[in-house]
This record gives sequence, C-alpha cells and structure tokens, in this order.
Amino acid sequence: MSPLFKRWQPNQRSIALIKLTLFTICLWPLARLLLPFYASVTGDLVLGFSGDELGANPIEFIIRDLGTWALNFLLITLCVTPLRKLTGLNWLLRLRRMLGLYAFFYALLHFNIYLGLDQSYDWAEIAKDILKRPFITVGMLTFALMIPLAVTSNAAMIKALGGKAWQKLHMLIYPLTICAVLHYWWLVKLDTTQPAIYAALLAVLLGARLLGRWQENRTALRSAA
Amino acid sequence: MLIKRPDDIFPSEITPEGLYLRRREFIKTGVGLVGLAAGTTLLPEAAHALPKPVPPFSTAKKSPLSTTGETLTPHQDVTNYNNYYEFGTGKADPSRRADTLQTRPWTVSIEGLVKQPKTLGIDDIIKLVPLEERIYRMRCVEGWSMVIPWVGLPLASLLKQVEPLGSAKYVEFYTAVQADNMPGINRRYLDWPYIEGLRLDEAMHPLTIMAVGLYGEALPNQNGAPMRLVVPWKYGFKGGKSIVKIRFTDKEPRTSWMKAGPSEYGFYSNVNPEVDHPRWSQAKERRIGEILKRPTLMFNGYADQVASLYTGMDLRKNF
Repeated sequence: MSPLFKRWQPNQRSIALIKLTLFTICLWPLARLLLPFYASVTGDLVLGFSGDELGANPIEFIIRDLGTWALNFLLITLCVTPLRKLTGLNWLLRLRRMLGLYAFFYALLHFNIYLGLDQSYDWAEIAKDILKRPFITVGMLTFALMIPLAVTSNAAMIKALGGKAWQKLHMLIYPLTICAVLHYWWLVKLDTTQPAIYAALLAVLLGARLLGRWQENRTALRSAA
Repeated sequence: MLIKRPDDIFPSEITPEGLYLRRREFIKTGVGLVGLAAGTTLLPEAAHALPKPVPPFSTAKKSPLSTTGETLTPHQDVTNYNNYYEFGTGKADPSRRADTLQTRPWTVSIEGLVKQPKTLGIDDIIKLVPLEERIYRMRCVEGWSMVIPWVGLPLASLLKQVEPLGSAKYVEFYTAVQADNMPGINRRYLDWPYIEGLRLDEAMHPLTIMAVGLYGEALPNQNGAPMRLVVPWKYGFKGGKSIVKIRFTDKEPRTSWMKAGPSEYGFYSNVNPEVDHPRWSQAKERRIGEILKRPTLMFNGYADQVASLYTGMDLRKNF
C-alpha cells in the first residue's frame, strides 16, 4: 500500500530498541502521578513537578487519571491492526502485546486504588457497590474480562491454546472496551463530552473492522463466483 | 425549634496553626480594603457623594453557630477546587476563568409574593447587619467535603427587608448570567440561569446564610462573588452562586438540577448518608486534604438544628 514505509524492516536489534523506548514512554502517565507526590513529600521540585499538579483532591485525580489511561491504552491497542493495514508496517504487531499489557497495568492500579483508598478494603461495601451501581458493575466486568487476556498474553500460552482459540479469546477486547467506555459514561455527573469522544473513537475503530470484514467477505464471494 | 449551642471552646483550639500564624496577613488585607475604600472617599469632590466604605470582612464577628472542632480546609483548596459550571465543568476552571465575572455594579432584586418588592445594591446588603464569620462543613453531592470559614449574613435578615405575603411558601434563587463573561454558558449542560430554591422555613432558618466573603476576605469570584447562598445541611449545589434575584412563590421551585436529572436530584437535596444518589453511594465522603473517606453525617452533622424541619417526611421520597 505504502511502498515507502514497506521498505523499512527493522531487524531484531531495532525492534528491541523500539520496544524499550515505547516501554519507557508508557510509564510516563504513572510518573506524572508519582513525581508530584514525591515532590510534595520532599518539598522540592522534582523534574519540574511541585506537588500541586494533582489538585485539592489528589486521590480522586489519581483514580480518574489511571482509569483514563487504562482506556487510552485499550484504544491505542485497538489502533495497531488498522495502522498496520494502512501503512503495511507489519512489525507494528510486535508492539501490541506491550500496549495491551499496559492497559491492564493501569486498570490494575485503578482497580486497587478504588479498593484501598476509596473503599478502605471494606469488602461488604465493595460487594454492595458492585451489585447496586451500574457503573461499578460494568467497571468490574471490564477488569474481569481483561484478566484472561493478560494471563494468556505470553508465547507459551498462545502455543498452549493454539493460535485460533487464542485469537478468538482475545476478541474479548471489543466488548470489554465497550464496557470501559460505558463505565466512564455512567460515572460522569453531567458533562458527557469526554466519554462521548471515547465512544466516537471506539466506534471508528470497531467500525473499521466491520467494514474490513465485510469487504473481505465480498471479495471472497466474488472470487468464488 | 431546638438550636444546639456549640460547646465553649478556646479560639486557639479552633484556629488552625497555619491560619493563626498568618493572622497579620488577614489584618493587613482588611486594612488594605479599608485603606482602598477610605482612599476613594477622601477624594475631596466625591467625599459626600460616595457611600460609606464597605466594612472589612476580616472583622466579622465569630458566630456561636459556627461548627467547632473541625480543621479548616486550606484557603488554596477552597478557592481552587470549585464547581461553577458557568465557567466550565473542570474543578480548576472557575479559579482560572472567573476573573471575567463583573461583580460591580451589582443589584439583587427581591420580588414575587411580597408586599413591597425591592432592589438592593450589593454594598448596601453587606452593610445591612454586622457580618458574621460562620464556619461550616460543605458536602458536595459528588462525595467530597470541606470546612469553610464563610463571612456573611443570615438570609433571614435579608428576606425581612421585604414583607413576604402569607401565601409565600418557597423562595427561589436566580444566579447571574453574563454570557460574554462566562465561557460555560454556551454549553447547555444546565438550564441557565441556574435556579435553586428553599422552603420558606429552610430559608429563614438561622443556619442559612448569604455569604459575601470567606477566610476574612471578600468572596472570590470562583466561589460565587459577590454573594452566594450557603445551606450547610444540604448538598453544595443548593448554594447558588452570584445571586441576582430572590423570588417568593407559592409553588415548589423547579431547580436547574431537577430539570437536568429529575431522578437524580430532588428539591430538598439534604445531606443524607442513607439516601444514595441513584448512581453512587452517599454513605462516605472524602474530606479535602484527607486520603481515606470518612462517614457522611445525617444532615451533614447539623441534624440537631434542622431535623425538626422534616418531621414526618419520608426523606427517601423527598430526596
């Protein structure tokens, strides 16, 4: 499709370097939360952070921000395949696992801070929250659906499951990302602009896949006829 | 009605150390204000034409109705973490953008079911009765809370300026719309102007105040300058900001939040840990400055003073 891009095939070493760079960049959202915290403890500027960045309600800010980044990484992960198809850069696929695991990593932090700092590990209260609050229910569902994907993300598990079954299992990312957007939508008090933007992006990413599949089917039918 | 008087307590016990150490700044601010006001009145030509200087907010007398035994939320947080949707829905939007709000000249019209409607200038309202410092808890419907040293006057003393008719049962509050100065007005999250309301007995209750200042200074714009309603036993959104009109009615007002979400926001909106918001629990709250949540108190801790207003009412239905 784009011969200019296609020409560049990174070797093992370049891939390793790209991965290391990406790994570091993906830690930035976490650093943005930890550095102000560290700065407010020491009273010094840390990499330009003073400690005021988290605002008057830092715990809420942290919970929201971690959730936002979990969702960001889900969408970024979903971008890999369309981007690969558009550019012909097949090696992009090799970054997908890390991006997906980062989504899980931020969701795990988000989930744990909710359990600890929002609910003080009050399990009865947490159970009530899950049953009574649709946005918590759907958030929990999102996280629960992410667990099998994270667990089966290594090469050994792919081998054990077999490529087809593994691929089928990992299609769970579609419904779980829809759940993640719903989780966001339902917690917003009034101004749904942000979740609406996420919903639109997700619709484009899922729509592109449906369109691709439909076209594939049509060509398959034509060549059969 | 039973009004519980707070226990006697030494000032050193209720004034947080930081604030105590900064007391000279407050006094200076106050003196500055007097100086400014005096400066203008001392211009020879205008000396007699100008109204008397506005009394400094810092000398407001401490009210026995203040909440005691609570640590004040730092000034920085009270003035930088706000909900004032006319300036945007982000918590920091109001402090960043509300400097455009025009707070002078400012009049408040009091009308509706009254014998003699009146329009009062804000500086006359401030001088109506001696200002009081009222330290109150403020519980937001979103699940966070603060303790704020307001400066203001009992709403009752303002409402008594007009003679409400016997048919008046409710009071409706209209807040300012300055389309050119309020970037949030173009977004129709809420039906502007922002409308709030109280039952007449709630409005006349001694705990209900019109705040014109906080922390011994004039009310910052982001907190609802020049005058906002404070009803400490209700969720924070009941306290309309930058009020321009007060109307006595015989029908329960339909507030902006009731219009935006009738199933989520009721007319009363009393703080109640047992009646949840349909989408989230109201049992706990995060006090700004604290890490873990604390239990929310019935009527935000003012049950002794206000529970009698709701005797016999089903608070689940009248949420």
